[in-house]
Parts: sequence; structure tokens; C-alpha cells
Amino acid sequence: MLLIPCPWCGPREEAEFHYGGQAHVAYPEDPAALSDEEWARYLFFRDNPKGVFAERWSHSAGCRRWFNALRDTATNQIHGVYRVGEPRPVAS
Amino acid sequence: MAERRSPAAAYAGRFEAASRGGALRLAELPFLTQIDVRVDPSSPAAGDIGDALGVPLPVEPGTAVRAGSGADEVTVAWLGPDEWLVVAPEGHRVELLRKGLGDRHGSIVDVSAQRTALLVTGPRARDLLAHGCALDLHPAVFGPGACAQTTLARAQVVLIPREDGFLLLVRSSFAAYLAEWLLDAAAEYVA
Repeated sequence: MLLIPCPWCGPREEAEFHYGGQAHVAYPEDPAALSDEEWARYLFFRDNPKGVFAERWSHSAGCRRWFNALRDTATNQIHGVYRVGEPRPVAS
Repeated sequence: MAERRSPAAAYAGRFEAASRGGALRLAELPFLTQIDVRVDPSSPAAGDIGDALGVPLPVEPGTAVRAGSGADEVTVAWLGPDEWLVVAPEGHRVELLRKGLGDRHGSIVDVSAQRTALLVTGPRARDLLAHGCALDLHPAVFGPGACAQTTLARAQVVLIPREDGFLLLVRSSFAAYLAEWLLDAAAEYVA
């Protein structure tokens, strides 16, 4: 089980959280102008790196806030968490 | 009018039996008034709500404040950066808070029926909760003045430490499950 440091509540066990997928996926500025392929790419295509990955988590059994975390997908080490609206920190 | 029954009313007898040994006291505090407050903590409305409560809304995550005594006693627990839970004796007047907020941006909702309160006190209260809670409940880090939303035996609870134990706020539909779990976990502490 991961120990995830919620930026509000502090370290809590993984079972209290919901995973929200890749962070910083921007909504298209003009969705109507997109082709089907571009729209599908926005909806369904996500990065799948081996290494540090910025992703969204929700502390659903706690403060119920969404936040972002930098997690290493190979080691599960969490390099940092940051609140929504805060810039992505540089991974150490 | 239909008879009102609290969610854990059926467990009163077994709670009492489990409390006889002196190591633990289990009880339900039925029908407490609970009010969900949502407001921007930096707005003047937050200050006015604090005035209506008699105590400012705590802005530090994971903290709770108690004020007043007797029928005027309130506990205000931090639930989120813009959300608080006010716990008060039955009959507490929600209108005072609504008046504090006025027509400004925010919400005051009576959620008394959402959760019931279980009181777990006594010298072994912390050991009992540790059976199903991953948080460090030692008074050095989680004493009076703290609060936490977490899971206890996989059920979502709001935990508010008191001088001699814990106030456990659990959803009404989970109250019977949690009462059974508490009684089962308490077996080894009951003389």
C-alpha cells in the first residue's frame, strides 16, 4: 500500500484515495474545431512513462480535494504533491 | 408523529455491557445537531459565521475547536479548506449561522441526519480504534484540538479526540456495521 501525502491532511494510506489519471491534460480551446481523431486523442490518449509521472489524486475518504502528485511509475516513490493551481515542481 | 430512533439505538444494551469492565466506555450520542458550513475562509462572511458560533472557524487542516458549554457548546471541525462541520447538542439553532452568512456566497446545511455520533472513551479507547484505523492516535499528535476524516474498519468516519477518548461520527447507514465492529474489537478489553 502506498503512503500518499495529501497536501491538506498529511500522509494517509492509499485506500483513502481515488486515482484520477494524468495531470495537466488541457481542455481543447475550441473543441468543435477538432477532428474526430484529435478529439479521440484528447479523450483517450495518455502518456505512459517509466519514471516520474504527474497525476491527479483525490483524497476521497478525507478532505475530498483533488491534488496532483509526482509519482515514479517504476518505483512507486512519490517525489512531491501539489495543490490544484500550483505549478508542477521540478522532480528531484 | 412517528417515534424517532437513532441509528445505533439497538446497540445501547450491548454498548452498556461492553462498558462494564471500566477499560472502555461505548455509547451513542444520538440526535446531535450537525451543520455543514462552506464558505471562503478569507471572506468577511467567514468572520461573521465565527461570531455567530462564538469561535472563529479553524483554518489549520486537521484541527477542531470547542467553545461554549452546556446547551451552547459547539465543536467546529475542519473538513476541508472551505468546509467545516459544526457539532452541537440537539436543538442548536441553525438560523443563527444562516443569519451570519446572510445572502453571501457560501452554504449552511443541516446534516444532523447524515451521521450519528459514537463516543468511545476509557483507558483502552485508543487501542480499540487502532484495530481498524491507520492513523497515529497518540495524544501527542492527535489529542484534543485535532480532528480527522479517515476510515475505521473501512467505514468513513470523522474522528474528534476528546480528553478521555474519541467522538466518532459515522454515516447513519454504517452505524450498525461500525457498532458491530466496535463490539467485536472490544471483546478483548471487556472484563
